Amino acid sequence: MARAIMSDIKRDHIHKLLSKGKRVDGRTWDEFRQVSIETKYVESAEGSARVRLGNTDVLVGIKMQTGTPFEDTPDKGVLATNAELIPLASPTFEAGPPDEDSIELARVVDRGIRESEMIDLSALCITPKEEVWLCFVDVYVLDYDGNLFDAAFLGAVAALKSVIVPAAIYDKGENFPLPIRSTPISCTSVQIENSILFDPTLDEEKVAEARLTVTTDENGDLRAMQKGLEGSLTLEQVRKIIETSQRLSKDLRKLVG
Amino acid sequence: MKESEVMYKDGALKPVREIVVPGELLDSGKLRPGSGTYVSDGKIYASQLGIKSTKSNYVNVIPLGGRYIPVTGDNVIGKVIDIGPSNWLIDINSPYPAPLHVNEVPWRVEFGDTARYLNVGDTILAKVLMVDETKRVQVTMKDQGLRKLLGGQIIDISHSKVPRVIGKSGSMIQLIKSHTNCRIFVGQNGRIWLDGDIENIVLAIRAIRMIDEGAQTLRLTERVKEYLESVTKPSQ
Amino acid sequence: MEGKMIDENGLRVDGRKADELRPIKIEAGVLKRADGSAYVEWGKNKVLAAVYGPRECHPRHLQDPSKALVQCRYNMIAFSVSDRKRPGPDRRSVEISKIISEALEYVVFTEYFPRTSVDVYIEILQANAGTRCAGLTAASVALADAGIPMKDMIPSVAVGKIDGQVVLDLCKEEDNHGQADLPIAVIPRTGEILLMQMDGHLTVDEFNKAMEYGFGACEKIYQLQKDALKRRYAVEDIEGLEEEAPREQQDMEG
Repeated sequence: MARAIMSDIKRDHIHKLLSKGKRVDGRTWDEFRQVSIETKYVESAEGSARVRLGNTDVLVGIKMQTGTPFEDTPDKGVLATNAELIPLASPTFEAGPPDEDSIELARVVDRGIRESEMIDLSALCITPKEEVWLCFVDVYVLDYDGNLFDAAFLGAVAALKSVIVPAAIYDKGENFPLPIRSTPISCTSVQIENSILFDPTLDEEKVAEARLTVTTDENGDLRAMQKGLEGSLTLEQVRKIIETSQRLSKDLRKLVG
Repeated sequence: MKESEVMYKDGALKPVREIVVPGELLDSGKLRPGSGTYVSDGKIYASQLGIKSTKSNYVNVIPLGGRYIPVTGDNVIGKVIDIGPSNWLIDINSPYPAPLHVNEVPWRVEFGDTARYLNVGDTILAKVLMVDETKRVQVTMKDQGLRKLLGGQIIDISHSKVPRVIGKSGSMIQLIKSHTNCRIFVGQNGRIWLDGDIENIVLAIRAIRMIDEGAQTLRLTERVKEYLESVTKPSQ
Repeated sequence: MEGKMIDENGLRVDGRKADELRPIKIEAGVLKRADGSAYVEWGKNKVLAAVYGPRECHPRHLQDPSKALVQCRYNMIAFSVSDRKRPGPDRRSVEISKIISEALEYVVFTEYFPRTSVDVYIEILQANAGTRCAGLTAASVALADAGIPMKDMIPSVAVGKIDGQVVLDLCKEEDNHGQADLPIAVIPRTGEILLMQMDGHLTVDEFNKAMEYGFGACEKIYQLQKDALKRRYAVEDIEGLEEEAPREQQDMEG
């Protein structure tokens, strides 16, 4: 994300606290901030959720439409994910078409949903090769204080779980709930001077050397991963992150029902 | 008891401060228009969201929010965000970036050698040297006590809360300093630098946040005192 | 064949009388990063507005050496309407952004902040007719919340005509079958009109009636805007405010 200049003093303070195993807001290294999820937030969407993760605030909406399937998957519904880092969320976000940060966010959220096979896309086929259901996931960031990946992913999963496909208005039969097969959860952490911290705040992200998002299913199996930022991670660190993500995901999963 | 008064525990009546919004009528002719106001048709109206306050014949509005607007003579804490061959650009958390010229620092800086003294990311204690009619701002470090700040931590609060953090004759900031043994500089621009034992810095910051974020301000000093006493011991 | 929008008792599809507003809730200071913000629920509309500024003007070449620019961006999010809207500005949003910027520019004391920009962002989260009015109403509150010096706040409302009758504050259903739409924004104290558009068919008499409804509604909306801002801050007591950081008394006249 656009990194405004951080003062050396703030940077050093984070490092000093870390060397004592502490974080600026008093959390432990593997603690998430307070999460609140409000589903059915917007009536005009077939499914929606507003997620607050600490001071990060994200709104996700799902729209269902009918359309033509992709050529190579003629009998499957289509999932399309978009993310907008709108300027109201941060002085560093500019209006305009999605930049590389918005695109990465959208693609990581999409990957988590797709690879976990959360939605039974085959059940979204109306007429093979001709008509299928299109599922649009739109992520809007409203307030930015770090860890958009997890806030957006929780929002997307919660929103999808609440979707009723509006078949009736399209004359395709009765409305039905979107066929959901699993509940994937993502966990994002950063590496700062070889300390791993989960659910980074904006300041922690600014100081971080590397970032890793791990998306797992109910069995704790890996479905999607994304390493970010310009630093590196050791295999040891990755293993520790995966193990911790599996553990933390269990609790987060309870929040989306 | 008038609606604009509130009864305190000791039975004394004290006037409640009035919150005004832009466009609200403040006075129809006896007072002079102060800051946060404007005049229209001989009447004085509020131009900002804030607290109506009357002082020696002027009616002012003390803003409750908004960015810091630099005033000559203010002590501010700035962050170096850019360097040129003969100046630095300082972010003082206001709508205008403030240049710091090589002539306004306590060192003798050769042309092009600026990075040796101050670099992007450094924090300085400076003073607003001047603000001209077009709002061009300049800062200086040429005064007693002004310098580059090292170590400690910086936080930003709403600049309108600065008087409250300082307190009546410095009483509030003194309370925090004595309980946490920290050096604390409060910039008029809402930026605060603290230095001391790292655990104490964290406590001092929490106390300051109580003041900055607290919507309920009754008994604020008492509550801050209670908090500090529960977590520290005052120094002798 | 269109059904009747107003029944025998003069009640509309949602039970309102001709000059009745939909329920409106306004909350100020709802976002952390923005300098000022407001959230408005107006009937089934959900609108979020945020202000950043005054801040350095970007793009640089638009900077005005004598005053601040007020740049508003009105946007409807993809799922705010029943047929998903492709993200990105469309011609309608660009026009609405322009007329709202112009209204806000009038009330902001732009000459206090030369060379800067006051950026206002309006996001329609859920739309149900009258979004530009709800947006401008929210934006005014967000500007005041951001401490921007301004003359006054700007309430805004749309008046319309259905079944040959002038009615206040059309909802989506009414708007779809409406015979006229007249969004306005007014400073109640002075009666100045800062925003006005009209489409449809109105006689001059109908127009006058519409303005009567509109002005009346703006008075009510203005109160809600004021209340939202005052509610944001609890009663301030004397403590700590007696001695303000000593600053010279500045005379604002002339």
